[in-house]
Amino acid sequence: MQDLGLLFHGFAVVLTPFNVGLMLLGIVLGVVIGVLPGLGAANGIAILLPLTFTMTPTSGIIMLSCIYWGALFGGAIASILFNIPGEPWSVATTFDGYPLAQKGRAGEALTASFTSSFIGAFVAVVMITFLAPIIARFALRFGPPEFFSVYLLTFCSFVGMGKGSPAKILISMMIGFALSTVGIDVVTGQLRMTFGFQVLMKGFDFLIAVIGLFGIGEILLSMEEGLSFKGTVAKINLKVVLETWRSLPKYWLTFIRSTIIGCWMGITPGGATPASFMSYGVAKKFSKEGDKFGTGIIEGVVAPETAAHAAGTSALLPMITLGIPGSPTAAVLLGGLLIWGLQPGPLLFQEKPDFVWGLIASMYLGNVAGLIVVLSLVPLFASILRIPFSIIAPVIVVICAIGAFTVNNAVQDIWFMMAFGVAGYALKKLDYPLAPLVLALVLGNAAENSFRQAMLMSQGSLSVMWSNGLVGSITTLSVLLLFWPLISKGIRILVPAKRNTLAEQRPIE
Amino acid sequence: MENGTNDRDGQTVASVRTAEVVVAAIIFACAALFVYSSYKLGFRWSSDGPESGFFPFYVSLIICCSSAVVIFQALTSKSPKVDESFAERGQVKRVMSVLIPALVYVLGIQLIGIYVSSAIYITLFMHYIGKYSWVKSVALGVTINVVFFFMFEVWFQVPLYKGIWDLTGFTGY
Repeated sequence: MQDLGLLFHGFAVVLTPFNVGLMLLGIVLGVVIGVLPGLGAANGIAILLPLTFTMTPTSGIIMLSCIYWGALFGGAIASILFNIPGEPWSVATTFDGYPLAQKGRAGEALTASFTSSFIGAFVAVVMITFLAPIIARFALRFGPPEFFSVYLLTFCSFVGMGKGSPAKILISMMIGFALSTVGIDVVTGQLRMTFGFQVLMKGFDFLIAVIGLFGIGEILLSMEEGLSFKGTVAKINLKVVLETWRSLPKYWLTFIRSTIIGCWMGITPGGATPASFMSYGVAKKFSKEGDKFGTGIIEGVVAPETAAHAAGTSALLPMITLGIPGSPTAAVLLGGLLIWGLQPGPLLFQEKPDFVWGLIASMYLGNVAGLIVVLSLVPLFASILRIPFSIIAPVIVVICAIGAFTVNNAVQDIWFMMAFGVAGYALKKLDYPLAPLVLALVLGNAAENSFRQAMLMSQGSLSVMWSNGLVGSITTLSVLLLFWPLISKGIRILVPAKRNTLAEQRPIE
Repeated sequence: MENGTNDRDGQTVASVRTAEVVVAAIIFACAALFVYSSYKLGFRWSSDGPESGFFPFYVSLIICCSSAVVIFQALTSKSPKVDESFAERGQVKRVMSVLIPALVYVLGIQLIGIYVSSAIYITLFMHYIGKYSWVKSVALGVTINVVFFFMFEVWFQVPLYKGIWDLTGFTGY
């Protein structure tokens, strides 16, 4: 197949000393970021993005995506050893991971978690290898109406399928859109929403918003309880690893289920966090040992970790083929692509095969390297958490400030970051989901432009959104999803359902 | 996590209900500002598609309506969760102990640049909040920033902000 040839070409691109070095650096940084609560993958990638300006985009995306894989592996370390999730997608891992550690089986839990992550990621990358070119070729037929309908689908599914108050999801998303309109209007050249402030001329950079919302906001939240980290010690040696590996195959059904959930949540906007929760819930429902979930069983670690890592990896599939990030972290990576001047989508595959296949090849290598790094260096990473919070907190604030500054070499961005931080703290406490905000901020301009282009094409008529089978079906699906909460309430009134013992909701953060 | 040495630490500063209403009201006000601004830009549908203010107008309008819904829900909600504490005194104190110094720190960045400001910030944070000795605090604060200086200025060749009163100008960077 032609595509396998391209994949091997991608390996050739990756296997240069510089890129391999960046890969390892990315993984190590990613694990550190994953271990530290308060420094998240989205945030960390946003901060390190400006540093990639000195390299080629291919090297840049290799390093940044490896940070993502590192964080996907590393979040579990803090969850299992300290009962503190290092990343949002590691929360579900604490349910059974920490009890396992308390029982003295931390080594097993860690091995199971890393291996599950690896399997989830590997399946997702294989899927990407084969699906990406197909979707990219398919997307070549997309015009502005089709692109806008896909954006519409993305946003409507957040509102329709999100957990929590639809009003708040709407507000969050619309705030993101509103912020994206600040600055110079590309179509007419007018200044919008700047209120005469010159500093607002360039608009809000989503990187600043991410660093503020997820970085400063997270630190402020963590400070509420005055964290002190006291955790269990992990002993991982070869014997434990091999024994755990021998016990894993009996969970093959869990692996399959979790991988499917993960890939689905990654491709649709959702991401690793909802994937981990959903997978845990489903595994608990279907497993023979379902009622033992939460007391410390290996399956309770396998399910969320496989799904989370599969989701995180497959979130890159719609990102590179359609320009739609499947997770908040993928949204930051997408922003990076835009900054580097690359247009994600079908043309990327044709014009920059080095980039695309280099990225895909690095996903294989990165996950293998990641598994090895994380299995061998767990005690080292765990000891990071023993650094007292009063040292880590100011250092993280400093890193965030530096990160915010290097985006545009503008000091006012640091002030904006603090503003976003305070806003993020308040919004998070009141259960306003932040992912729609970031997504809308990143995609806002693209969505608006494709809408206006579609309107220009159709001379102002909305019917272009139903002009052919493809765009019509996607648009209809979007409207359905948007009003799904109302529709499902209506269905429940008409057809009373049996009560569930396990309330299944699809949480989207 | 002990429940504060102070009994007053557990006192509620604001209930969830109050916080919801206040935040939603702020959001409403900002969105209303946007509505006004996009109204002036022109929000109608012109002959070849939407005018420049169309998108922000309706987006902000949705925010206004939704936040009104949130305010309404918060005011009329009978669920017990709404009357719980949004923040207790102890929590607010701890959050402020990070937030206020951080804001002063950013002001410092504006005046004396990132490196000097960060060194002072880390040092003071470690000493006053972490209760470390002056020696350790200064040592760590200065070391970290010397490392950053070499990392950014020399290695990455990414110049960071030196402040209005350039204090590190003597290094020639």
